[in-house]
Amino acid sequence: MLATQTQPFAEPAISAEHLVRRFGNLTAVNDVSFRVEKGEIFGFLGPNGSGKTTVIKMLTGLLPLSGGSARVEGLDVRTDAEGVRERIGYMSQNFSLYYDLTVEENLKFYGRIYSLEPARLKRRMEEVIQLNGFEPYLKRLAAQLSGGWKQRLALGCAMLHEPNLLFLDEPTAGIDPVARRQLWDLLFELSGHGITFFVTTHYMDEAERCSHVAYIYFGKLIADGTPDSLRQLPDVQPQGTLRVEITTPEVTRALRLARHIPGIRSATIFGQSIHALVDENFDLDGLRSQLLKNGIAVAEIRSLAPSLEDAFVELTYKHQALLEAAGD
Amino acid sequence: MTNIFRGFGAIFYKEVLHVRRDFATLFFSLIIPLLQMTLLGYGIDTNIRQINTVVFNADGRRESRELLDRLKNSDTFRLIRYVQNDRDLNDMIISGRARVGIKIPVDYSDRLLHQMSAQVLVLIDGSDSSVAGQAINVTTAIGLDESLRHVLQDRVAFGVDMRPKILFNPDSRSPNFFLPGLTAILLLNVTTFLTAFSIVREKQQGTLEQLFVTPVRPMGLLLGKLLPYLGIGFFELILILTCMRFVFQVPIHGNVLLLAFLSLPYLFVSLSLGILISSKANSQAEAMQLAFLTILPSVFFSGYIFPRETIPTILYPLSYLVPATYFINITRGIILRGAGLVHLWTDGLALFFLGTLLLILAARRFHNKAILA
Repeated sequence: MLATQTQPFAEPAISAEHLVRRFGNLTAVNDVSFRVEKGEIFGFLGPNGSGKTTVIKMLTGLLPLSGGSARVEGLDVRTDAEGVRERIGYMSQNFSLYYDLTVEENLKFYGRIYSLEPARLKRRMEEVIQLNGFEPYLKRLAAQLSGGWKQRLALGCAMLHEPNLLFLDEPTAGIDPVARRQLWDLLFELSGHGITFFVTTHYMDEAERCSHVAYIYFGKLIADGTPDSLRQLPDVQPQGTLRVEITTPEVTRALRLARHIPGIRSATIFGQSIHALVDENFDLDGLRSQLLKNGIAVAEIRSLAPSLEDAFVELTYKHQALLEAAGD
Repeated sequence: MTNIFRGFGAIFYKEVLHVRRDFATLFFSLIIPLLQMTLLGYGIDTNIRQINTVVFNADGRRESRELLDRLKNSDTFRLIRYVQNDRDLNDMIISGRARVGIKIPVDYSDRLLHQMSAQVLVLIDGSDSSVAGQAINVTTAIGLDESLRHVLQDRVAFGVDMRPKILFNPDSRSPNFFLPGLTAILLLNVTTFLTAFSIVREKQQGTLEQLFVTPVRPMGLLLGKLLPYLGIGFFELILILTCMRFVFQVPIHGNVLLLAFLSLPYLFVSLSLGILISSKANSQAEAMQLAFLTILPSVFFSGYIFPRETIPTILYPLSYLVPATYFINITRGIILRGAGLVHLWTDGLALFFLGTLLLILAARRFHNKAILA
C-alpha cells in the first residue's frame, strides 16, 4: 500500500501509529496509522468534519494524543513537540496573517519568531520574495492582498525558516483557479528540492497530483496509497464489472431511469454525464435504446477508467454500509 | 533552546507595529479616560452640602429664626420650603423633594426663655445613608452648641475644647480625594481592555494557533504582548497626572518619580489580568463582560468610593485581592500625604506578587493550549 520509490532505511517524514483523539464521547480520530516518506506530496482527503484538521493538529503538537504515537521528522510529538515545531511549517485554512502588517513585516515577523540570525533572515527573505514574486507588494498591507496572494504570503511565512516538512490545511480553499494552479506549480518545485508536503484538500484534481494519498472517513483511514493503486483497488473496480460514461443532455432523468435497470450496480452524475458501474456482460446497446425509448437522447456511451473521485465514492459507500451494519 | 522567553523580541516588534498602525484606537483609548476624569472631576463632590430641607416653624419667633439661620449657615442644609402643617412636612420628604424636615414646636421660644428643655424634631430620609449621617451629625452638633450657649451664657471657656485638625487636604476638596483614586480605576480600565482585546483578536484571526505551531514559548508571547502596553499605560498615567495637577489643581505632596515607579507593578497586574481574561474569552464581547467583572470590585472594595473599613468582616479579605486597593493607597499616599517608599513598599511588593501570580496562571493556560479548545 505504501507509496513509491522509498529508500528502505530512510526515516520517514511522518510516521503515525494508531492515532486516537477523543473529544468527550466523540472519537474524532480512530486508530489512524500511516507513513509519509521524505519528499512526498501527501494528499490527506476526506469530507468536512472527518478528522483531517484534527490529525494535523495532533501531528503539529496543537492537540495532545488520546492514544497511539507519532513521529514527525524523527521526533516524538508527545515528548519533543518543541523540536517538531522548529522543523515544520504550518499553514492553516484561514491563512493566519496579520492583516494590519505589510507583506514585508509579516515575513520579517515569522523569520524572527524562528530566531533566524540577521544574515540568514535577510537571505531567506530575499529567496522567499523572489520565489513567490512578492517584490511589487512588499509595502502593501496583507489585508489588501487578493485571496491568492494572501495564501502565497501565508506559505511564504510558513517556509521562511526552511522547514523540511510543510503542513498545508486546505491551502486552496476559496482561491481562484489560476492561483490554485500556480500554488501547485510552486509545491512541485519545492518538492523537487526535497521538501515534504502534507496537504489536505477537497479538490479531486489536486488529489490526482499528489504522489501519495490517504482518505479519512468519520475518523477512520479507509484508503492509503498512490492514486493509481487506489483506482485499482478491488472495492473500486470489482471483478466482472465495467465502468462506463453515459453522455446525455438530460442527466437527472437518465440517472433516475438507469438506477432501475438491472445490471447497473451504481450510477452517479459527473457534470453532463453519468458514471456507472455495470456488469461486464451488460448490453450497452440495449441501454441506449431503452433510454431513447423514454425520450432521452444519448450522445455517447464509452468505457472509462475509474477516477480517484470514483475510488473515494465507492470506498465511502462501502464504509457507510459497514457503519450501518455495525449500527444495526 | 530552553529559553522560556523565546519569541519575546519578535512578538514585541509585531505589537509595536500593531499599535502604530491602529493609531485611532490608541488615540481614543488614551483620550477617553481624560474625558472621564474631566467629567467626574467636575461632576462629583464627595462633601455633602446643601441638603434640601423643608421647615415647619410652628413657633416663628426670634429664637426659632436664629436656630434656622444657624442651620442654614452650616452650609449643610438648604431651606427650600416653609410649610404650615405636619402633613406637608411628611409629603415633602416622601416625594423626595426634601431629604430633611425640621419641625420647631409652638412653645420653642417659651421653653428656652424659661430655661426649660426645648425639643426640635428632625426628620431624616434614610434612603441615602451618607446624607442621613451628615444630617444627624450637623444637627446634633448645632443643638449641642446652642444648648451650651444657653447654659454657659456669655464668654466662659469650654471645659473640654476639641480642636480637630485635618492633616492632608485641609479644605476637604473633593478632587483631591477623588482623583487619585480615579487614576487607579482609569488605568485599570485602559490596560486590561487593551491586552485582553489584543489577544482575543489573535484568537479570532487564527494567528494565535499559528503562533502555537512555532517555537514561541508562552512567557515570550505574553511578555512580548505585555511590554508595549505597559508603555502605553505608563504614558496614560502621565497624561492623567498632568490633567489632575494642572486642570484640577490637585497638589502632589510626595515624589512624582516614586509614584511613577510604583505604578509599574500596578500596570503589570492589570495587564496580566487582561491576558488572563483573554485566555478565557473567545470574543471581544466576552472579554468586555469579564473585564467589567473585575472593574466593579475595584470600584467598591478598594476604598475608592467607600472606605474599606465599611466592608463587612467576611468580605474584607476580598479587598486585599483587589489590586486597586494597593494602588489607591499608593496614589493617595504620595499625592495627598506625601508618603515615601518607606511607607508604601509593601503595597508595591503586593502588586508585584499579584501580577506575577496572574501571569503565571495565564502562561499555564497558554502552555496547555486550553485556550484553543
